[in-house]
Amino acid sequence: MRFMLTAEQRRFAATLDELLSRADVPAAARAWADGDRGPGLAIWAALARVGVTSLAEHAEPADLVVACEELGRHPVPGPLAESLAAVPALLGGLPSSRARELLAHISSGTAIATAAFPPQVPLALDADIAQVVILSENNKIFLAQPVGTFDSMDPSRKLFAVRQTEVLAADADAVAAGVRHGTLASAALLLGAGRGLLDAAVRHARTREQFGRPVGAFQAVKHALADVLIGIEFARPLLYAAAVAVGAGQATAARDISAARVACADAARLAAAVALQVHGAIGYTRECDVSLWLAKVRALSAVWGSQAEHRAVVLAALTEPKTGPWS
Amino acid sequence: MDLDQDPAIAAFRAQARAWLREQVPDPPLPAVNTEEGFAAHRRWERKLAQAGLAVVSWPEKYGGRDATLGQWLAFEEEYYRSGGPVRVGQNGLFLLASTLFSHGTPAQLDRILPPMATGDQVWAQAWSEPGAGSDLAAITSTARRAAGGWLLNGQKTWSSRAAFADRAFGLFRSDSEAERHEGLTYLMFDLRAPGVTVRPIRQLDGDPGFAEIFLDDVFVPDEDVIGMPGAGWRVAMSTASHERGLSLRSPGRFLASAERLVGLWQRQGSNAASERVADAWIAARAYQLHTFGTVAALEAGGTLGAESSLGKVFWSDLDVRLCETALDLLGPQAELDGQWTASYLFALAGPIYAGTNEIQRSVIAERLLGMPR
Repeated sequence: MRFMLTAEQRRFAATLDELLSRADVPAAARAWADGDRGPGLAIWAALARVGVTSLAEHAEPADLVVACEELGRHPVPGPLAESLAAVPALLGGLPSSRARELLAHISSGTAIATAAFPPQVPLALDADIAQVVILSENNKIFLAQPVGTFDSMDPSRKLFAVRQTEVLAADADAVAAGVRHGTLASAALLLGAGRGLLDAAVRHARTREQFGRPVGAFQAVKHALADVLIGIEFARPLLYAAAVAVGAGQATAARDISAARVACADAARLAAAVALQVHGAIGYTRECDVSLWLAKVRALSAVWGSQAEHRAVVLAALTEPKTGPWS
Repeated sequence: MDLDQDPAIAAFRAQARAWLREQVPDPPLPAVNTEEGFAAHRRWERKLAQAGLAVVSWPEKYGGRDATLGQWLAFEEEYYRSGGPVRVGQNGLFLLASTLFSHGTPAQLDRILPPMATGDQVWAQAWSEPGAGSDLAAITSTARRAAGGWLLNGQKTWSSRAAFADRAFGLFRSDSEAERHEGLTYLMFDLRAPGVTVRPIRQLDGDPGFAEIFLDDVFVPDEDVIGMPGAGWRVAMSTASHERGLSLRSPGRFLASAERLVGLWQRQGSNAASERVADAWIAARAYQLHTFGTVAALEAGGTLGAESSLGKVFWSDLDVRLCETALDLLGPQAELDGQWTASYLFALAGPIYAGTNEIQRSVIAERLLGMPR
């Protein structure tokens, strides 16, 4: 057993961090929210050039979660869980040449994908900029088109009701693979958002002064931030373990994904609450970067299964005779 | 990155599991912090030692089997899963021993480790004093030079196992002029030596799990100093991260508790507290996986530092939540003496000992997040 990232995976994370730090992601996320997708799409193109869009097809799930944590941390706008994980995993399980062709476009970055998987994911995120829109219902898979738009609490998420235009396949395994990867990616994005929120709160607490000292010198602030770090550091191993289980096709994969998703979303929610409180009034403004993660954490933890559903999956797996908790 | 169990670990795990299944006492031993229970737990330690399972990670010449960290974790999982008795030798086996491996002389290792491994010598810790709890460096008990050794004076308190143990270890001020973290010396002493008075203290569960120790010109020979005189703080701190993390509370313990909680929830047959039951198992699993990560990092040449404070807060809070959930599931039966009430009362101490969680959170904020002091 060697349960740690490889040097290559750490380098990949560092490369993405560097690329995204230079790219002014906050400005791109704000422009995206205002309807100007140009800067955000330029970031997607840059990500495609370093191989992020082909991870689901060509790399291990562990590589995918490493990347998604960085994308959530920065926070990149667009249908990440859908285009980088769920749709490629779904298409990869289909034998048809049409599916292969679509997958090739998504992997190379010439197409962005989105999807609706009702009931957990009833609306397709950013379907207006996606070249591939998937609707998966009752184990049937369709190509679809947007028919109505909804605003999200997170202004950088535009949601679309979709209608089927073409039957692609009927394949329960492919749908399951899509949901598995989408959920796993959403957990990684949430963990990354938590990390981004913690980084911002730490920066603020070190520099903002009140009563003649940095607010981070006060124990009430220190201890709140410490709890955020604890939440993140103990959610990450669950995320990695889920990626390992998915990669190895283990029977515990569903349980492990749900456990990771519960912990990552809880860690991100705590990070959001603490980051807002540590920032004070400035954190409650659109001007402050904290706003870019705050609503996203809430929005993301509502799709790809609720916390209650994922906890139920864990308990069901633990009480089922075949897969005990010690496997 | 993988979670594959290597064959050597699997083989050792199977061997330990088989032995424990046969040997773990049923009904359980009497409570450890009673005279009868302490003696019974001492006998259990001897039995473990005879089977080569008392100190698996130690070198063979001291009674161990040179097990890797991975094998040790597997043993711990099997031990707690089997419902094995409390390790009465814990203070010595997992705390003093790590300090001796890092700072002890070969003669000290030869003299102290073998009887520790067999339970013939059970150790108490003697860190806290009435005026030095979280602020451990405020200790005022003294060690004064005497011919061939030192004379100890002062008072220690909350000394785990001191009511029935044989020997104790702790820090003493040997130079009153030096800066507070200097001038401390790490010493071992005999709890039955002339000048030692032990006053047991009844804990929340009614048993004397710790004690006060009064020291009145207690002689300690030079051979019982660990490290250099005056270097006691650094000696103690170099292994403090072990106490908070890995060795004090291994993940197997919480996974076993979480598994029992899931079983209880299932038998109760209602949906009460189901989200908390799931969370308890998820957290126990997270602690296990986090530890696997720590082991991988250590095996790759890393060191364990302030990160161990993350684990200490995490497992101690988890333990309280887990036991509270069990009691809530039990309804009116929760107050009746039993395994869960005992676990609950024990868990309540976790956020306090081995450095309070407040101290740990400050360590995390200052050393891991760079918050100003």
